[in-house]
Amino acid sequence: MKLLFPFLVFIFSLNTVQAQDAATLVSKLKEKLQKVHDYEATGILKTDVAFIKSPAGKIIVYYKNPDKFTLKRQGGISILPKGGMNVNMASMMSFDYLAIDAGEAIVNGVNTRVIKLLPNDEKSELILSTLYIDPVNMLLQKAITTTRSNGTYEMLMSYGKYAAYGLPDKVVFSFNTKDYKIPKGVTLEFNDANKADMEKMKNKKGKVEISYSSYIINKGVPDSIFK
Amino acid sequence: MWKLFNIEVYKIFRRPRTYIAFAAITALIVIIQLGLYVDGDSYVDFLMSGLKDSFDFQGKILNGYLVCYILLQLLLVHVPLLIALVSADMISGEANMGTLRLLITKPVSKTSFMLGKFLAASFYTLLLLIWIAFLALAVSTWLFGTGDLIIQKNAYVVQMSQDDVFWRYAGAFAFAFLAMLAVTALGFFLSVFSENSIGPIVATISIIIFFTIMSTMSIPLFQHIQPYLFTSHMVNWKEFFDEKLDASDNVIKGSIQNVEQLYNSAIVLGVYIVVFVSGAIIIFKRKDILS
Repeated sequence: MKLLFPFLVFIFSLNTVQAQDAATLVSKLKEKLQKVHDYEATGILKTDVAFIKSPAGKIIVYYKNPDKFTLKRQGGISILPKGGMNVNMASMMSFDYLAIDAGEAIVNGVNTRVIKLLPNDEKSELILSTLYIDPVNMLLQKAITTTRSNGTYEMLMSYGKYAAYGLPDKVVFSFNTKDYKIPKGVTLEFNDANKADMEKMKNKKGKVEISYSSYIINKGVPDSIFK
Repeated sequence: MWKLFNIEVYKIFRRPRTYIAFAAITALIVIIQLGLYVDGDSYVDFLMSGLKDSFDFQGKILNGYLVCYILLQLLLVHVPLLIALVSADMISGEANMGTLRLLITKPVSKTSFMLGKFLAASFYTLLLLIWIAFLALAVSTWLFGTGDLIIQKNAYVVQMSQDDVFWRYAGAFAFAFLAMLAVTALGFFLSVFSENSIGPIVATISIIIFFTIMSTMSIPLFQHIQPYLFTSHMVNWKEFFDEKLDASDNVIKGSIQNVEQLYNSAIVLGVYIVVFVSGAIIIFKRKDILS
């Protein structure tokens, strides 16, 4: 009994230290990302969803601190997964959360710390966010987010010349898609769809890939762009 | 032949009935354009309701190209009925007026006479389609602007870049002309059998309705017949609005998913046209003209 109390104190303090470590790591990453007040980035958007045939197209992405974000396809229409396309990583950590250290993992060949963020607000839209942070370069390599209304989606980042700002060269979003079914009366297509096509379209993960070619950082972005 | 063609075209456009189709199409297109102009976003929300739960669409979905596609989907089913008004009247109308006997006393072969009439009816069909193209495509793009075209198939959604759309419409209208020519040929063929216009017009419309129902019903018995019905192939102008994917599932710009289907349909429609027109000429040549 004499030894049990100090042991429990040690275990609890260890947990607290770990929790602080996790929170500190997230805070440091957040600090780095917050150095970017705004940016205008050009890139290529590729939508890879089983039941959507969409050509790759040039896009311009605008971001303004703290949470303004918009993506514009030049002269065209962009199809993006609902709720999951907020590329602004700083806003992913802009809620009141509890950070829990969940070990280590290798992502893109890089050793990362796995941090789980649990929102303190029980009614929060976000349920759980798992961040894979490269502690050496202070870069977010991967994030898995589970939300109430939009399910779970994953972001995988690759970095290049804008790594100093924590901005990725490539982002791949993966998400689960529901089966696509639409009444013939709406499509006015009365021929039956090919059964092989129908099977191919089912239970597939969707992916949206953005490859950035350039960023213009902290040069100001007018609010009118986000309207 | 050229003179015969000119005379027949002149006769077609002297008849008030000819303009019914142009007036009906103008009224239909204008009313749909007006509706979409005023409240098109609600219509697009309804069309995209299956996708908008999971996806955000950024950009102008309701543009001139989509409006044209909606119009063609609605109109190209009904235009054959309007074409029948003229094509099924080509021979029976003359018989009804008692001018047929007089006409064939002229030093023109019966084959040339019939071909002249069919070419004139085809010209009317062509003008009707050009009018539809002008209103549905030119006016719609002027009113709603241009942009990427997003359309929904039964199993998937297709997005086409705006610079990859116009040629598809050119192809679709050319194909639609072939399809409407098959209807023209059917009406023309039936007009040989009657001495009044109502019979062939109603018969043409009835056949089109009957075949269309058989083409659209997914009953196994009908599915065996469907590949041979011209109405099953008339709607294949839509094949121009589907893209091929490469091995990595990337869209191949400027491609058509089912080119073979288009060729096949064009051949079937071509065969129908040849059979109907040849049949009409053969029967007319053997027929005693008494009216």
